[in-house]
Amino acid sequence: MEAYLDNAATTRIDGEVLALMNRVYQEDFGNPSSRHKKGMEAERHIKTAKERIAATLKCKPEEILFTSGGTESNNMALIGTALANRRRGMHIITTSFEHASVYQPLFFLEELGFRVTYLAPAPDGSVSVEALREALSPDTVLVSVMAVNNEVGAVQDVAAFGAAVKDYHPEIVFHVDAIQAYGKYRIYPKRQNIDLLSVSAHKLHGPKGCGFLYVREKTKIKPLLYGGGQQKGMRSGTENVPGIAGTGLAAALACERMEEVQKHCYALKEYFAQGLSALDGVTLHLADQRNGEAFGEEEQKERLHRLAPHIMSVGFAGVRSEVLLHALEERGIYVSSGSACSSNHPAVSGTLKAIGVEKELLDATVRFSFCKDTTKEELEYTLTVLKELLPQLRRFSRR
Amino acid sequence: MYQAFLVKYGEIGLKGNNRHIFENALRDRVLEKLKPLGEYKVTREQGRIFVECPEGYDYEDTVEALGRVFGVSGFCPVEVVESTEWETVKQAVVDFVEKMYPRKNFTFKVAAKRADKHYPVTSPEMCADLGGYLLEHFPELSVDVHNPQEVITVEIRNRAYLYSKVLAGPGGMPVGTSGRAMLLLSGGIDSPVAGYMISKRGVELEAAYFHAPPYTSERAKEKVIDLARLVSRYTGPIRLHIINFTEIQLAIYEKCPHEELTIIMRRYMMRIAEHFAKKDNCLGLVTGESIGQVASQTMQSLLTTNAVCELPVYRPLIGFDKVEIVEIAKKIATFETSILPYEDCCTIFVAKHPVTKPVLPAIEKSEEMLSGVMEDLVKTALETTETILVEP
Repeated sequence: MEAYLDNAATTRIDGEVLALMNRVYQEDFGNPSSRHKKGMEAERHIKTAKERIAATLKCKPEEILFTSGGTESNNMALIGTALANRRRGMHIITTSFEHASVYQPLFFLEELGFRVTYLAPAPDGSVSVEALREALSPDTVLVSVMAVNNEVGAVQDVAAFGAAVKDYHPEIVFHVDAIQAYGKYRIYPKRQNIDLLSVSAHKLHGPKGCGFLYVREKTKIKPLLYGGGQQKGMRSGTENVPGIAGTGLAAALACERMEEVQKHCYALKEYFAQGLSALDGVTLHLADQRNGEAFGEEEQKERLHRLAPHIMSVGFAGVRSEVLLHALEERGIYVSSGSACSSNHPAVSGTLKAIGVEKELLDATVRFSFCKDTTKEELEYTLTVLKELLPQLRRFSRR
Repeated sequence: MYQAFLVKYGEIGLKGNNRHIFENALRDRVLEKLKPLGEYKVTREQGRIFVECPEGYDYEDTVEALGRVFGVSGFCPVEVVESTEWETVKQAVVDFVEKMYPRKNFTFKVAAKRADKHYPVTSPEMCADLGGYLLEHFPELSVDVHNPQEVITVEIRNRAYLYSKVLAGPGGMPVGTSGRAMLLLSGGIDSPVAGYMISKRGVELEAAYFHAPPYTSERAKEKVIDLARLVSRYTGPIRLHIINFTEIQLAIYEKCPHEELTIIMRRYMMRIAEHFAKKDNCLGLVTGESIGQVASQTMQSLLTTNAVCELPVYRPLIGFDKVEIVEIAKKIATFETSILPYEDCCTIFVAKHPVTKPVLPAIEKSEEMLSGVMEDLVKTALETTETILVEP
């Protein structure tokens, strides 16, 4: 049996999306900048994609900018905003457990002279809005927050953040990294005071190397790529039309089935959590204990529902995650290992450290992530395998 | 532009009656290396090997390939002049210098040879005449017969050959003239270099890799195959034995003192490698060990691991420092692959304080604890070994 439980890393492309892309590649393959009919057909696909995405965000189609994926969207949001607003101020606020595609561009901006404040999360994975309010200063130009953490599934109250930012000063740009959140939660930028929103297509059963950045009108942002002036000069380079078409459709489908998938994933999660809790030495990060004291079943369930539907971060005491990952792989189960530390910047810790995971579990944590296609049988199989593997692996743990 | 290469070999030329064996082997190795690049003509002639390039050949690729043939001490790109008529040759030399040297402010001398002793001009005459002729054309040149910056060579055979540049070859002896050896190949920096070094002396290579899933990943195995492929660019095809070592390692881990784990593990690796070595008629084992680099490479440790082997164990890096090994690894382009961060089985079970001065009887006594279990595990490991041929 095979169980692909690494859907936060990437997902299998949707058949419908692939069919559309195939058609664009083979039939409507024109360059959207060409003046002839072939070009116009290609342009129409871009327009449709924008409209589809705009409908999911309740925004204008013109506010969607296509990119090469999450990393580019985040880079453009951060560097583009910082460069366009540097005369207003040189201060940026973010959290201390962002994805590398956020903190690496921030390190770059620090080199250029920007000052970055990193807000640490509480042990429950939430970053306090109070802390944000305190960090805001007259020279703050940008606040960037990850809506759903990719490693542990912690969810931030982006609306509260947006309100606090705009309350302090309406010109401060608010960026949300929604790469793990879009398609899992309803996000309406206007209502939540979001100016920039990063999304990646391959996390939504869309194509790899594709994504978009929502840019609220009148947001001051500089392009990263210069050239032929495509996408209104904001992102030059011939558009990846098949990818864009695929992104649009994948986004629409993901938002269409959102409630259904949410329900499906939470049901899987509860089932899996129950099964895992029956095993020895297992910790469900952010869900089953506080200060070593286990939560009751109700509280655990409530906490599981507070985390993203598709991500489960689990510590296995005395088992190295790398070894467990390969042992599971031998049995057709694919997962990710939690990274103990991902940078050597003093203000940025690994996610697990940031939420206070015990030292012994930093190197013993595995992420399971689900999608619409994940089945209970796959999890049942995984539980059976874990039950057999864990005692074996623990016998040979590092002395 | 150049149409041929003159390949020089150093120490093969000093061989006695069996010299032709080495020369033929070198010719064959040169031909093998050039084969993927096109139809080159490779011939043996009077103390060197002559390579004629096909129409439209790629100069850089050819130079790269010749630079990877063991036994080649150096090689010269050669311009071939079809006519041997002296005035034509002289003009060709002037053109050659014009083309090859954008700045003509160097010292030179002319070296001339003629295979045909009936050629109307003698060698000393050729040198003098050409030297003067070049000076006439390029007044900035100056002659220095003792310490010239450039030696411009003219050879008159059935055609005329002009050359001046000598490119360095790797030296050593052609692969296939010294027998075969089994390399213990890990994913590290040292073992690929050890393989390169031993093969440089003409040794054909086989290799053994110890795979320990799930403690080592598929990527670690891929990495070792990649390393074998990089080394094979020099050595020629390598038979790689991939031995499943997990159960053996776990048995040692469970039954033996933890600080002796690495040394006992090394002993089993040697035993298994030797099994395959003997089966394939290898004359020795090869490791990347260097004295004192890590706990398992102290002289005491080497003695202890060596004790299980009947075949000689060659350790070409024994006196090398890490920086020297890294230098060679970079030169042969294995370094970048070697430093990819996938764990191999040697690092995962390492004790905090492994023995650095193991005593053979004590280790042998520890190994006794494995009797009754290990025989079967080793047998299974031998039976389940996967052997693949890694080609450049």
